[in-house]
Amino acid sequence: MEQFLGIDYASWWFMIIGAVFTGYAILDGFDLGAGALHLFFNKEESRRIALNAIGPVWDGNEVWLVIGGGALFAGFPKVYAAVFSAFYVPFMLFLTVLIFRAISIEFRSKEPMLWWRKMWDVAYCLSSSAIAFLLGVVLGNILLGIPVDRDGNFTGDLLYFLNPYALMVGITTLALFMMHGAIYLVMKTEDRLYAKLTIMVRDTTIFFSISVLLLSFYTLLYVPHLTNNIRQNPWMFLIPVIMVFNIAHITRQVAKRKYLLAFISSCITVSLLLIIVAIELYPNMLISTLDPAYSITVHNGSSSSKSLGIMLTVAAIGVPLVVAYTTFVFWTFKGKVKLDETSY
Amino acid sequence: MEVEILARVQFAFTIAFHYIYPPLSIGLGLVMVAMEGLYLKTGNVLYEKMTRFYTRIFALIFGIGVATGIVMEFEFGTNWATYSRYVGDVFGSALAAEGIFAFALESGFLGVLLFGWNKVSPRVHFFSTVMVTLGSMFSAIWIVVANSWQQTPAGYHIVGTGLNARAEITDFWAMVFNPSSVDRVIHVWIGSFLAGAFLVLSISAYYILKGKFQDFARASFKIALVLATVSGLAQLFAGHRSADIVAKYQPAKLAALEGHFDSLGTGDMYLVGYIDKKAQKTHGIRIPGGLSFLTHGDFKAPIRGLRSFKPDDRPKALNVTFQSYHIMIACGMAMIALTLYACWLWYKRKLFDKRWLLLLFAWAVILPQVANQAGWYAAETGRQPWVVYGLLRTSDALSKSVTANQVIFSLVLFSLVYTLLFILFIYLLNKKIKHGPYSTGDIDHSPRHKTMAGEFEGI
Repeated sequence: MEQFLGIDYASWWFMIIGAVFTGYAILDGFDLGAGALHLFFNKEESRRIALNAIGPVWDGNEVWLVIGGGALFAGFPKVYAAVFSAFYVPFMLFLTVLIFRAISIEFRSKEPMLWWRKMWDVAYCLSSSAIAFLLGVVLGNILLGIPVDRDGNFTGDLLYFLNPYALMVGITTLALFMMHGAIYLVMKTEDRLYAKLTIMVRDTTIFFSISVLLLSFYTLLYVPHLTNNIRQNPWMFLIPVIMVFNIAHITRQVAKRKYLLAFISSCITVSLLLIIVAIELYPNMLISTLDPAYSITVHNGSSSSKSLGIMLTVAAIGVPLVVAYTTFVFWTFKGKVKLDETSY
Repeated sequence: MEVEILARVQFAFTIAFHYIYPPLSIGLGLVMVAMEGLYLKTGNVLYEKMTRFYTRIFALIFGIGVATGIVMEFEFGTNWATYSRYVGDVFGSALAAEGIFAFALESGFLGVLLFGWNKVSPRVHFFSTVMVTLGSMFSAIWIVVANSWQQTPAGYHIVGTGLNARAEITDFWAMVFNPSSVDRVIHVWIGSFLAGAFLVLSISAYYILKGKFQDFARASFKIALVLATVSGLAQLFAGHRSADIVAKYQPAKLAALEGHFDSLGTGDMYLVGYIDKKAQKTHGIRIPGGLSFLTHGDFKAPIRGLRSFKPDDRPKALNVTFQSYHIMIACGMAMIALTLYACWLWYKRKLFDKRWLLLLFAWAVILPQVANQAGWYAAETGRQPWVVYGLLRTSDALSKSVTANQVIFSLVLFSLVYTLLFILFIYLLNKKIKHGPYSTGDIDHSPRHKTMAGEFEGI
């Protein structure tokens, strides 16, 4: 396989997909988290402000999922085909809640009736939580490995994906996004809602810290194959250590009311978690629990060098553009939320 | 029922529903670019009012388009795993380019288009409107390129055999510019312009009939009428070119479109008709030799008929292909007739005098929708039994691990969700239309831009 800077194309593309999903987790993570917290706000005005804090950007954030899915399809069609057909039911539920979330955001403000707004508030909160949770469940199963045969076809039963490890990853993902969303909202609000959110930032950080701790213990004790890479390269222990300090840094910045810095730390936490996931998996992308020889790896599951080369060019041109106008949009809507006639 | 049928029904249902919205976004986007451009040029607030009103309708349409579009991307993997493995190397790069170049562009700037009225200057706002429209047009390019590659594969070679066979890309630009892609992209674009223009025509005609917002409605009607007339006429040529490509590269599809069975007879063109599959005959009102003339410029030229293909290689749902193709053409012709007549009246300065014509325009919003849907049905059912023409059969493309029960479950789920979605869409669209444009008093002009208040805490 052809190489660029000493790394083969397939591994580059593995990193790019990792980067896109990290971008997705950072960006959609905060608006999903804000959605999961939605029902904790009691007043109509608070809910509107919280919703409008993510209003102009949630759609753009969701695009990263589309790009990630497309990049996986393009770079690793075997992985894409195996994962999506194996997790048929969770993905169908995921799509349903994704649709419900989009319409609850769009439709909530279109009628003034109390029951209408409450109904969409509940739909928005539940669907946001469910998306975060289901993403975690799928990630957990990928980390654990699933029974796929020689041709990459899933052989497990319908409820296979509901195992304790995957559920724990699901809860941790939800907790992470709630913390991330709370910190985002605190930057966008004022007065009493702001005061309330500062308490929520504290609570969600505790929730996340506990769940990530439990998950780490569980991984070390029961899923030893995930720690191989780190054991062989001891310097990689630095990454979890940096992450612990980084979480501590979030609480410190929150205590000092420097929320932008806290938000940056929270973004770094999301990235580090996904970097750990990538390190634990590499070079596997989908581990077969039937026979390690059936596992789909970065090398036996990738598209041809030619195709990867084309897409690396596409990414090299496209990604800086995407980052540029994402920055422009966030810059346009910086600062505290002010409701006006275009608001939700 | 078989998994294959169920999976096909599910795909057809979800794509048909999805395909209501993106063409409307593209067309409406273009109308909004025209309106806001006029506002910037003339400074007339009427145009600003128009842009703002249609932006709200655009938001509704765009939201549903995004939500139902993600379903499509996932379905390739969930229901068509073998297909995904087969085409991933080729198809994937088009899909990835769509995400990065097009979708990110439109969704990013959408935020500014919808919520940025008081945050950015009018010029930057106009720029955002243009970017959203361009983004949605780019989206159409990549999706249609990918679909066209399935119709007329190019720039690839096959690696492996049997179950492990897959297409690998050899020439990116040959894949992008495969024989049918350029003509089909243009055909789809124009269909989208018609969808958007007729929506504006319909809403405006409704207001004029009700005697509401007269200035607003008349001016919008004229802008949309120009776009609709030009697009309708251009579609005659674009459609013809698409059919030429079919004649050249997909002879079995061409034969199915016109119900032409004779192995080497002259091809007739039908205005209306139906196919008697058993007797292998087509009945109806026809122009003898019409198909031969349109394809070869000669009424006597022979056209390859369905009988010359192995029974396994013929499209199965002949009547669906035939009827949807003819419905598309009929709707197209109706649109051209309506717009040309309206332009004639405009020239005579009697555009808004005939109530019956306005009533027709109010309902004509259905026409481009039916034409777009029917056109896709003809293109896709005509390609059968292949999912990648001549290379991969639809029956081989399924996910091996997915059972019929799972597909029934998801099909029921989507039917319920989409029904609800459609009811809500119509309800809200109707409500927005009834409400009409906001009067200038409703619009808050105060913080136009450059308020530095509200920086992040702590820095």
